Amino acid sequence: MTRQVDALQAKPAPLGRSRFLSTLNLANIPRRGLILLAVLLALLIAAPAFTSDYLLSILILILYFAYTGQAWNVMMGFAGQLSLGHALYVGIGAYMTAALFIHFGTPPWIGLLVSVPIAMAAGAVIGFLAFRFRVAGTYFAILTIAFAEFARIGFDHWDWVGASSGLFLPVATYTQNDLWHLRGRPIMFYYLILAMTVLAFLLCRWLLGSRLGYFWQAVREDEDAARAVGIATFRTKMAAVVISAGLTSFAGMFYAFYYNNLFGEQVFSIGRSIEIILGPLIGGVGTLFGPVLGAFLLTGLAETLTEILGLIGVDLPGAKQVFYGFCLLLVVMVMPEGVWPWVARKLGLETRQ
Amino acid sequence: MPLSLYLNVAVGGVLTGLVYGLMALGLSVIFGVVRVVNFAHGEMMTIAMYIAVVLFAAFKLDPLVMLVPIAAVLFALGYALQAGLINPFINRPEHSQFILMVAVALIIVNVLLIAFGPDAHSVQTSYAFDSYEVGPVIIDAPKLYAAAGAVIVAALLFAFFRGTRIGQAIRACADNYTGALVVGLNVKRLYALTFGIGAACVGAAGCMLVVINDVSPAVGPAYTLLAFVIVITGGLGSLPGALLGGVLIGLTEAMAGVFFTPSAKSMFAFAILVIVLLLRPQGLLGKRA
Repeated sequence: MTRQVDALQAKPAPLGRSRFLSTLNLANIPRRGLILLAVLLALLIAAPAFTSDYLLSILILILYFAYTGQAWNVMMGFAGQLSLGHALYVGIGAYMTAALFIHFGTPPWIGLLVSVPIAMAAGAVIGFLAFRFRVAGTYFAILTIAFAEFARIGFDHWDWVGASSGLFLPVATYTQNDLWHLRGRPIMFYYLILAMTVLAFLLCRWLLGSRLGYFWQAVREDEDAARAVGIATFRTKMAAVVISAGLTSFAGMFYAFYYNNLFGEQVFSIGRSIEIILGPLIGGVGTLFGPVLGAFLLTGLAETLTEILGLIGVDLPGAKQVFYGFCLLLVVMVMPEGVWPWVARKLGLETRQ
Repeated sequence: MPLSLYLNVAVGGVLTGLVYGLMALGLSVIFGVVRVVNFAHGEMMTIAMYIAVVLFAAFKLDPLVMLVPIAAVLFALGYALQAGLINPFINRPEHSQFILMVAVALIIVNVLLIAFGPDAHSVQTSYAFDSYEVGPVIIDAPKLYAAAGAVIVAALLFAFFRGTRIGQAIRACADNYTGALVVGLNVKRLYALTFGIGAACVGAAGCMLVVINDVSPAVGPAYTLLAFVIVITGGLGSLPGALLGGVLIGLTEAMAGVFFTPSAKSMFAFAILVIVLLLRPQGLLGKRA
């Protein structure tokens, strides 16, 4: 089965010293795609100037899911390994940077030097156990849930991170934005998550067109065939898990410093893991724009729904999730490849079938 | 003195474990035949538990008495789910089926949340605090009745698969999908029946569990995970394995509750899962693939 990878995917890069730059070469994107991309980016950069605080908070949420979705997509979309426990990596990233900040005043950017390696190590442990012992498919998905649940209960009993009473970052009314300590107003967090999303997008685009990216896709399509042509599948899959875990833990730092409170019971819950994967599933697994489009569609529509329900005076705590459920059901039944491939065809952005 | 305490807890754990086993049996039946992982399993059980709670609150009907009708309702639900939603997904990739069930689970949990709110509900039967004394051991009556019910339902299920023609036909589908088609079995209908039977199992298990535990919408996903842990521990597709896994996990959780703290008990269940996946991935009683 040949699955279309992405309409804007790079062709194999010519061999040369600036491989990274050449894969980012924009020449092989249709002009219409480039214009759309530029307009979208310009709109997002300009957005805070003409949006309310409420709208800004929703844009932050959308970009947060676009980022985490992109990170998850590396593992599932590129390499075909279904993880249902990505809340684990968000949680590790969030808890480690926050706890270091609270206990030692460590700036979050320094805290990343601890949290990212821990998250990557956690990914490596899960990957090693699963791939060494041939735990694949559904079993693998359940193993990832098991580790996230393990962490959920563990962090809920760990006093150093506040156990079940939660971990809180000191909050004040900020007039200035301190990017080094991530203390400031929402607009700073908006540009931070926007930058993270753009960088993650570029990184994933580069990865997808790299040698490793082609190995991933080979493993995803047919692992036995990939092994037969000499791809070290174990190492290839390990790279996917570790990179995805590391990327996801960055979002954890953002989460901790933006929301200022952490409860293990919530941060590591399976519901959070599912929220992360909804965007790319609806947007299009394995595509670069899928996670971004999915996050906009899902969070945008869900917030609109909450607004409408609020206007007619209905407050249903589960309504948003029921809506998510039906969206997921609809997409998986009608558009199993996700919304993006369809949009790309409509926009004439398809470069190959 | 402490010894008899541990013995009491152990017996309670084994009895609860048998009910867990029945729940997991449903999952195992569905996976063994339809090869679809029912990610909404625990959520379906909470539906049964809520039906039992509502019937008890309105008409004082004992959940153990209402077991057969509630299991029938779940059978219909399972049959419809398979016939309407899952059958078209039979030849889809594994993750596609998985995500379909995740969506179903998400809908069930939150519809229950909207309907009944986040608080825990329970059934206070007249025998809730009765107990039997057998030598040094004190056995809770509700747990004993629930476990006895679970064993009876499991026995009926074994008899059904061994002795009846439909049971044999279902086993034929499980053994060889194409072969079953060739000999003229209506595989899709048998799949729907199987899913219905699995759902009826979990419905029956829900009726028993509601006598010993509270129910809230949030427990659905927790029970789904527990059912997975049990079934993988016992061996996916192995019916005795599901019961054995249930007893093992029930016992582990109960002992972890005594030695550590009850809130950390499922950590030990997951630890068992990881150990089994690594050392004996086919499960305790599973056949090597």
